[in-house]
Amino acid sequence: MAGLEDLYREIILDHYRNPRNRGELEVPPAVQAVGFNPLCGDEVIVYVDVQDGVITDVSTGGQGCSISQSSASMMSIAIKGRKVSEVRRLVRAFKHMMSIHGTGIGGTGDDLDDDGDTGNGAGDVKLGDLEALRGVVKFPVRIKCATLSWNTLVQALDETFA
Amino acid sequence: MSADGDQLGPQTKAHFPLLTRQVHGKPIVYLDSAASSQKPRCVLDAMNSYYETINANVHRGAYEIAAQATEAMEAARAGVARFVNAPSADEIVFTKNVTEAINLVARSWGGANLGPGDAVVITEMEHHANIVPWHIMAAEKGFELRWIGVGADGQLDLSNLDRLFDGAKLLGVTAMSNVLGTLNPIRRLADAAHDAGALVLVDAAQYVPHLPTDVQALGADFLGFTGHKMCGPTGIGVLWARAELLEAMPPFLGGGEMILDVRKDGFLPNHIPHKFEAGTPPIAEIVGLGAAVEYLDDLGMDRVREHEVSLTAYALRTLEERYGPDLAVHGPSEPACRGGVLSMSFQDIHPHDLSQVLDDRGVCVRAGHHCAKPLMRHLGVPATTRASLYVYNDTSDVDALADALGAAGEFFAR
Repeated sequence: MAGLEDLYREIILDHYRNPRNRGELEVPPAVQAVGFNPLCGDEVIVYVDVQDGVITDVSTGGQGCSISQSSASMMSIAIKGRKVSEVRRLVRAFKHMMSIHGTGIGGTGDDLDDDGDTGNGAGDVKLGDLEALRGVVKFPVRIKCATLSWNTLVQALDETFA
Repeated sequence: MSADGDQLGPQTKAHFPLLTRQVHGKPIVYLDSAASSQKPRCVLDAMNSYYETINANVHRGAYEIAAQATEAMEAARAGVARFVNAPSADEIVFTKNVTEAINLVARSWGGANLGPGDAVVITEMEHHANIVPWHIMAAEKGFELRWIGVGADGQLDLSNLDRLFDGAKLLGVTAMSNVLGTLNPIRRLADAAHDAGALVLVDAAQYVPHLPTDVQALGADFLGFTGHKMCGPTGIGVLWARAELLEAMPPFLGGGEMILDVRKDGFLPNHIPHKFEAGTPPIAEIVGLGAAVEYLDDLGMDRVREHEVSLTAYALRTLEERYGPDLAVHGPSEPACRGGVLSMSFQDIHPHDLSQVLDDRGVCVRAGHHCAKPLMRHLGVPATTRASLYVYNDTSDVDALADALGAAGEFFAR
């Protein structure tokens, strides 16, 4: 059985208590997207400012549980200053990790992309601190908490290039 | 005489097979009956016995078991009618759940009776099931959707009751809030609505399972409830409505069973209640609901209510003693004015995180907005953690909840 420590890693609680890049950006030039988790009422707002194909600034707002809020915080660090094309690959890698296919439930979780499957286009992407969220997969109802900000980011990027 | 809060639970627990299981290696503490209740052995047996001995389609075959299946279904309808003191079993329409019952009223009665210049009055503490159907119909028919706000101590704000129903055709109101536990003054509201010429639709999903129900004394015109919150199976709900309203309403869904005659140039609808029961009904579920109302009748709904008031008082007292201002229970503070629904905000722990730690200790509660987002916005919280009590709960369940809250507090304080 997965223990609570698998879910609530120290780094997750740290981002929950001290969220990074929290706030709003001026719209425009930034683009804003809002994501809802209808299961629990969580709400994430993502602002991204894209200049010449690079995410020059990012901010997140909203309210939710430790998993959704810490995921948003860690995401903001991981994407700031990166090219949109890189960020889209990071999103794919993160969502792959957050799928039961990507991380076997109950497994060690050390096998990400070791199967040589680069079909997700994310084989060489380094997740860094985001690896701390891997344990969420053992709690399937919480996966949507972890992916909420990422899906909202995709909405914002799609709107930027609409 | 048992201790306060233990009048019923310790004896009835044994009737519910699921409550003997463990979760995460710990005995289950089931505190989510406002979402769905557990089922006693007698309900499961009734459904099994139906399938094993008389399974056949109803109102059709001339053979023995088809007649027995029809009898079983209509006996359940009569039992349900008696349970809520409906004047006639013909006023009991079987639906999928309360949501479908309200959509039936919105589509059928609302479609025929609502238009520009009319108003439908609902409250800020309604479940989405009694909000969204009216949003949909308002967009289609152009009537006004008017709101009764929530005031102090989780009660409806009725300060403008004398003008509230001006131009209104319908009041839609929950008899008991699924978030606050508030028992609304249905008779008083119904009298005011009727004086203004409006009809009254009562969402009794949280009321019928927990209190003696008399649809006539409540003064309702339509009243919906659902089987799975009252020891019955999922997939079966009830719309009760006064016969003359059902007679005058156009059909909702069309198909088999709901007709007397079908020709190439039209159809003749069946008599009530069959007019509103298109297609093969969930027969085993209806039989299960019939067994559930018998079970509750045997316990006695007065005793059920007494037990829940007493256990709610124990819970409020215990939580207050142990956690004081760290824990807020939304809704009326007086147990006699509320049901056993405890929507909590605990320290600054998000409900989803709180319920995760509770689950780790086998305690089942609901975290979320409880399908009542307008009310959540009024309360100024994104979500709450809701523990809800029923016939099989006792003081040991409340103690387990209180202990688990303490463990959650320690876990997130580290």
